[in-house]
Amino acid sequence: MAHLRRDIRHPGDGCDRRVNRPASARDIANAVARRSYGKLLAYLAADMHDVSAAEDALAEAFAAALADWPVHGCPDNPESWLMTVARRKGIDGVRRRRSREAAAVQLETIAQMQAECVETDDVEPFPDRRLGLLFACAHPAIDVGIRAPLMLQTVLGLDAKVIASAFLVSPEAMCKRLGRAKQKIREARIPFAIPERNAWRERLDGVLAAVYAAYAEGWSDPDDADLLHRDLVEEAIFLARVLVELLPQEPETLGLLAGMLYAEARRRARRNAQGEYVPFDEQDLRLWDARMIEEAEALLRRAGAFGRIGRYQLEAALQSAHVERRRSYRSDWTPEVQLYDALHALTRSPVVALNRALAIAEVQGVEAAIAEIRELAADKRLAQYQPYWAARAALFARVGNDQEAMHAYEMAIGLARDPAVRGFLQRRQEEIAARNHRRSG
Amino acid sequence: MQYLLMLFADETAWHRMSSAEQQRGVAAYQAYTEALKEAGAWVGSNRLQNTNTATTVRVVDGKSQVLDGPYADSKEQLAGYYLIEAADLDAALSWAARCPGASHGTIEVRPVWPTYGATSGTPATAATAA
Repeated sequence: MAHLRRDIRHPGDGCDRRVNRPASARDIANAVARRSYGKLLAYLAADMHDVSAAEDALAEAFAAALADWPVHGCPDNPESWLMTVARRKGIDGVRRRRSREAAAVQLETIAQMQAECVETDDVEPFPDRRLGLLFACAHPAIDVGIRAPLMLQTVLGLDAKVIASAFLVSPEAMCKRLGRAKQKIREARIPFAIPERNAWRERLDGVLAAVYAAYAEGWSDPDDADLLHRDLVEEAIFLARVLVELLPQEPETLGLLAGMLYAEARRRARRNAQGEYVPFDEQDLRLWDARMIEEAEALLRRAGAFGRIGRYQLEAALQSAHVERRRSYRSDWTPEVQLYDALHALTRSPVVALNRALAIAEVQGVEAAIAEIRELAADKRLAQYQPYWAARAALFARVGNDQEAMHAYEMAIGLARDPAVRGFLQRRQEEIAARNHRRSG
Repeated sequence: MQYLLMLFADETAWHRMSSAEQQRGVAAYQAYTEALKEAGAWVGSNRLQNTNTATTVRVVDGKSQVLDGPYADSKEQLAGYYLIEAADLDAALSWAARCPGASHGTIEVRPVWPTYGATSGTPATAATAA
């Protein structure tokens, strides 16, 4: 169904996505379609205990609305109308298969119609069951790798083909995996319920990790020309907003959203006018989205008030520290090192260890950081992790170990997906090669 | 499992690049090849000469037909290939996305028809055997 929202949202120029812009009819339509889809599907799926059947019933209800509303007018409560029809379709077992594309076109028109009658739609007749659906999608019985795609499809209505591209998986494989996960939910009777207290922490972690995975997939390739990845970042942020709305008392959901907003706020600063990659410490602060950073700060403060620290709050706190350091020209990286220490104690993640090493370079010196990096080299998980090689290259270059630096740059360049990042690293590598040439010549 | 990454690109673009750009392009491919080799994924790779050097051959009714030019005339031409070893399609797609060719052209990823008894020796098969 994403095609429809994609079409509503960007007619091609891709510049109607700034958060600060006043909401247009298209934005409202987009929001209503998005919001209604997830809510309706969550309710239906819990009712029928079958995500695929609920998707079919909902598609039919949208098709019926398309035929009915232009003739009889938009109902007072479109959601309730759609739900009644969808349930009837589902119960009757009338499951004439319609193509996804057709459903997408129908949903688009309905989104526009709903936008027109959005003001009259102030009744909320359904309990919001999206949280139950999110917990079902991130259930321990569901394969970790498919949780984020499953959420994006069921809660936000994203098209499987779009999800496949973003996750770098063939569309056919993605459809199969999504289908298998839905089958598992149906056949194993995975509950569409909010878990018990004793399982709460672990289950919530699963949901947060999946939302974060959707976001990380989009963030990993920030090329501005790459609409697909930009979209996924936006969808993931929306998903995090839904989560914050549903679980306002969970500091980690607030921390997750805050972290995403900090990173998103720097989007425009990550490329210069020539489209070249700009590293964080060379970014033009005027290009940062100040309002988004402000929102992130407020979320982080709200999270902190609960007095329960966690991984996502620490990640957001790190972003906050980096932002504050750049803005205040602070040269002491001690707060960053301390935050990375805390985060590493919690996650034992080699990626956190890598970032901590870079912070250590600024406090204890580059040699100390290199010692850390050398230790990390034994971790197989980093062997093909592009940022590891880029960090390694930068550190060795700083101490003049050109041989190690050249090799690390070679690896970082070879593993880069983003042409802007590749170009940036190539320029750095060429500088070292030139320096070497002068020395030997 | 082996996959063939076929690199399609507009072959006329090369001549429009400055020599510095060409050098940087070659260096990017070298780095990519190096990364594949370090990961133990590289099986073979080659850059092809332009399609104006291509000749097509087929035998019809016992008579050979030789034609000047490439088999398919398209906007983007087969410019080279990488033969890689990857655990599954996801891993192959991940390597394809890292190839410089994915940024300036299109990469077709095709699994190689498995030959039983051939040396494949993927960790997955070793694990199941053990």
